[in-house]
Amino acid sequence: MIEVANLSKRYGDLAAVRDVSFTAPSGKIVGFLGPNGAGKTTTMRIITGFLPATSGTVRVEGFDVFEQSTEVRRRIGYLPENPPLYNEMSVTGYLRFVARLKGLARADVESALERVLDTCGLRAMRDRLLGHLSKGFRQRVGLAQALIHDPPVLILDEPTIGLDPRQIIEIRSLIKTLGGKRTIVLSTHILPEVAQVCDKVVIINDGHVVVEDELANLTRGRTLEDVFIEAISRDIGDGGHAVAAVEAEA
Amino acid sequence: MRNALTIAGREIRSYFSSPVAYVLLAVFLALGGYFFYALLTAFNQTLAMYAMMRQPEMLQRFNLNQMVIAPLLHNMSVLLIFIVPAITMRMFPDEKRYGTYELLLTSPVRVGEIVFGKFLGGLTLVALMVLLSGLFGALLCAYGNPEVPLMLSGYLGLLLMALVFLAAGTLISSFTDNVVVAYVGTLFALLVLYTIGWLGETLQGTAGGLVRYISVTEHFSEMTKGIIDTKDLVYFATLLVIGLFLTHRSVESVRWR
Repeated sequence: MIEVANLSKRYGDLAAVRDVSFTAPSGKIVGFLGPNGAGKTTTMRIITGFLPATSGTVRVEGFDVFEQSTEVRRRIGYLPENPPLYNEMSVTGYLRFVARLKGLARADVESALERVLDTCGLRAMRDRLLGHLSKGFRQRVGLAQALIHDPPVLILDEPTIGLDPRQIIEIRSLIKTLGGKRTIVLSTHILPEVAQVCDKVVIINDGHVVVEDELANLTRGRTLEDVFIEAISRDIGDGGHAVAAVEAEA
Repeated sequence: MRNALTIAGREIRSYFSSPVAYVLLAVFLALGGYFFYALLTAFNQTLAMYAMMRQPEMLQRFNLNQMVIAPLLHNMSVLLIFIVPAITMRMFPDEKRYGTYELLLTSPVRVGEIVFGKFLGGLTLVALMVLLSGLFGALLCAYGNPEVPLMLSGYLGLLLMALVFLAAGTLISSFTDNVVVAYVGTLFALLVLYTIGWLGETLQGTAGGLVRYISVTEHFSEMTKGIIDTKDLVYFATLLVIGLFLTHRSVESVRWR
């Protein structure tokens, strides 16, 4: 369960995120959509505690990201846009390191390692150096890293970017199997991905939320493309700030 | 502490799984060995000269500690000015460049543990360097009779100095995401720290005293003479703590900017 309320982030004069509110219910996969530069990565970085918000609150599994940061970080698995890999390490060496970093006891590391190697299809690659892996396998190691401590919440920033079609399908079905008992927020600008994988959709444009609804409600008789284009163009037509103001009042 | 050890362990593996550690160790020991050989040869020639001139009272004045070990330690401390920045320059810039900084800062790890882990990793490499350079002292013990406690005091001074350099390098590497900037910035800071005592010779009064106190060389020299004074230990400890504390602040500020 993630609750984001009235979140704003300013970089000097630039408002990257303005008054963003949405919830990701427990066990649901939420697609976080928006054009490039809409504020997706910033919002996700705030949820994970990497960046501080200028104002607003984020609660993850009931813990406040700012007040109880360590508790939140224990419960989140995070795959940033670029998988955070140390190129000189082997796949298993790296995953063992992350497992310790996430607070796993020494005795639990090996079983967690074997579990994520299986889940992410990395068994054949276990002794390879991270710097020698292809983009697709780097992405899988990134995912394995996010899963190693079996977190109830997953934040995935563009998990399928730069992959070939076969890899995209693999990663998607993997994410789908991860849902159910975990809360997942995944950002993307590939709309069919959301239609296939997600339960709920949040569309963000120019730093604020323009649509938040169940996928089923949105796509009744329409494609997600139509919904997206309509929401974005309506937002631009109104002038982004006006919409934000109306939503803030409502 | 457990997390700090995890981070230090990764840091050490990264030094030794790349050529970095081996190159730095080799350069330090090769140049150290060259200095050792040159100093020892000069010492032997001086001895031979005075023996020929039949001045035994002059022979009494010369000893291994003063003519070989102390200058050797000083030369090695100069080497450290160039080598320590190469150890610390990648600590934070590489994390920022490869995105692993996000992994560290979104893990349930305290900032202090990250900083201390990084420092511990560097410390291991530096301590190994100083330890291996102990070979020169051991050779002297095997073939001559230096005063061992005096020698140990000097080596302790070298190690403490290396730790202060390391703390300074850790701090400066936390400011930037550029490896070259981290190296040159640290080199600059260490050279200032090393040479600021020169001003102390011309400055009068409090300013002169202060400058002499800040200079790392003053305190190190005392230790190479075999004097382990609390005030020198306090000096090294103070710089170490200040360096690590400021690094903590710097990493924290990146997070809350």
